[in-house]
Amino acid sequence: MKPVHDMGVAELAAALKSRALSSREATQALLSRIATHDPALGAFLHVDADVALARADAADAVLAAGHAGALTGVPIAHKDIYVTADMPTTAGSRMLAGYRSPFDATVVARLNAAGTVGLGKLNCDEFAMGSANENSAYFPAHNPWDRSRVPGGSSGGSAVAVAARLVPGVTGTDTGGSIRQPASFCGITGIKPTYGVCSRYGMIAFASSLDQAGPMARSAEDCALLLAAMSGFDERDATSVNKPPQDFHAQMRAAREGATAAQPLRGLRIGLPREFFPAALSADVNAAVRAGLAELEKLGATLVDLSLPRTELAIPVYYIIAPAEASSNLSRFDGVKFGHRAAKYDDLLDMYKKTRAEGFGEEVKRRIMIGSYVLSHGYYDAYYLQAQKLRRMIADDFQQCFTQCDLIAGPVAPTVAWKHGEGKDDPTQAYLADIFTLPGSLAGLPGMSLPVGTGAGGMPVGLQLIGNYFQEGQLLHAAHALQQATDWHQAAPAGI
Amino acid sequence: MSLTPDDVSRIAHLARLELQPAESAALLGNLNDFFEIVGQMSAVDTAGVEPLYTPLSAIEQVQLRLRDDVVTETNQRELNQRSAPAVEDGLFLVPKVIE
Repeated sequence: MKPVHDMGVAELAAALKSRALSSREATQALLSRIATHDPALGAFLHVDADVALARADAADAVLAAGHAGALTGVPIAHKDIYVTADMPTTAGSRMLAGYRSPFDATVVARLNAAGTVGLGKLNCDEFAMGSANENSAYFPAHNPWDRSRVPGGSSGGSAVAVAARLVPGVTGTDTGGSIRQPASFCGITGIKPTYGVCSRYGMIAFASSLDQAGPMARSAEDCALLLAAMSGFDERDATSVNKPPQDFHAQMRAAREGATAAQPLRGLRIGLPREFFPAALSADVNAAVRAGLAELEKLGATLVDLSLPRTELAIPVYYIIAPAEASSNLSRFDGVKFGHRAAKYDDLLDMYKKTRAEGFGEEVKRRIMIGSYVLSHGYYDAYYLQAQKLRRMIADDFQQCFTQCDLIAGPVAPTVAWKHGEGKDDPTQAYLADIFTLPGSLAGLPGMSLPVGTGAGGMPVGLQLIGNYFQEGQLLHAAHALQQATDWHQAAPAGI
Repeated sequence: MSLTPDDVSRIAHLARLELQPAESAALLGNLNDFFEIVGQMSAVDTAGVEPLYTPLSAIEQVQLRLRDDVVTETNQRELNQRSAPAVEDGLFLVPKVIE
């Protein structure tokens, strides 16, 4: 039998079900791997062996009784943006140091009910605001392919934990690319489903009309298993989509009409927006993405040239809407009901101001300032309302494209992961690197990142696939077909 | 259009953030850099376009659900207050507001 850390979610679940291995043994093996490797990686903000082993024992009892589901006993970990009743939750912020939630986020509760074993909480940018995990108030996470480089963000710790084989699968969240971009930078697979497919209840809110939960793992198949368990209607989330639960794993494996064994993607039309391949795209990223597209063609897909003319506009539109919603959501952190409170203050107003000045980091303050400004009297129409109108135009552009294709493809990010410290001095410049993930986020469409080789410095490159609303099954099907025919997703960083 | 130091103090007050002088100066630069890329937005004619406040309304009528007006939560005051900075007799403590 392979070492536990070399097994993905599906493989590990099968080994557990066959009783070749117990959940306690798997959990212990990964806990010891975390203890050995994580100090140099910074993926975890919190690990709780006692809580994990108790859950593993409960899973072993279910396995022994023969009642195991698709994920029973599989160790995972959660981005620290999900509240958990049995472990602390910080959202990567000093504001929530020591915070204990009275309840579990719906996504966490569902994964617990499916028998997964949560080992701990994963590092992220503060309140999910960032693209490098350097905005964590605790410590940065390091890319396992080259520790002098960032893992991406905001779900940076999530991506590191999977890439370094500390856990087979994790949860992440994606507001403007926070699952897809770190998945790309760390050479793993991640999916952000359609807005409303996963409950936002208990996911600490950043931008409520954009935030979506999703899984990250080594393969599309592992993501399909996790997404099936995480998703579904939740009456506690006002924007949760009331549709019957979906078996993403079955959808992933269902054969297309007209498909053959050699050409499982026959008839699939993949649109390539010209704006996703600008002159400024790094040559190494372009080459890897083109190699991925060539494989999809071999599998029977046809490539269609098309246009998403407002791609560049998505940057200001997103960076108006997301901070506006953030400034409203983060007003709850006032030092009264939970979280940090300043030690010294003159009166109530002064307490609010000092508490928030001490509790929030630089990037969070910057976004609260942008958001407060664009929502303030006299500026609302020019900025916030105009951005929401452009958002409709961007969503309509996608619908226009989907009359000509089934999926849209392109790079996830213009470059491979950059070195720590680069881009910290110019926040606006850093926002520009989100260009390829923002349009799909604004429209609320499902998107994936899957590894398609390496670029400069041997760093991984991700291919982005975007589907139409509720076409997660089609996305996972195409990604799985590619991963059955290629081994990019099996590449592991050396020395770990 | 450029923001001024006064704008920064006004917004910081609205956002209930106390800023140190160095922070205010840095934010002024950051905000002005940012609003330079926002300029391209205002050039687009959006007359007659409906704002897209929630993404699925791009393809379907989205209606907020109303739940039945019944009690669904039990009293968990202690659990809910365990992360509060200051409580007494089950109440959240704040500085005196009314003289």
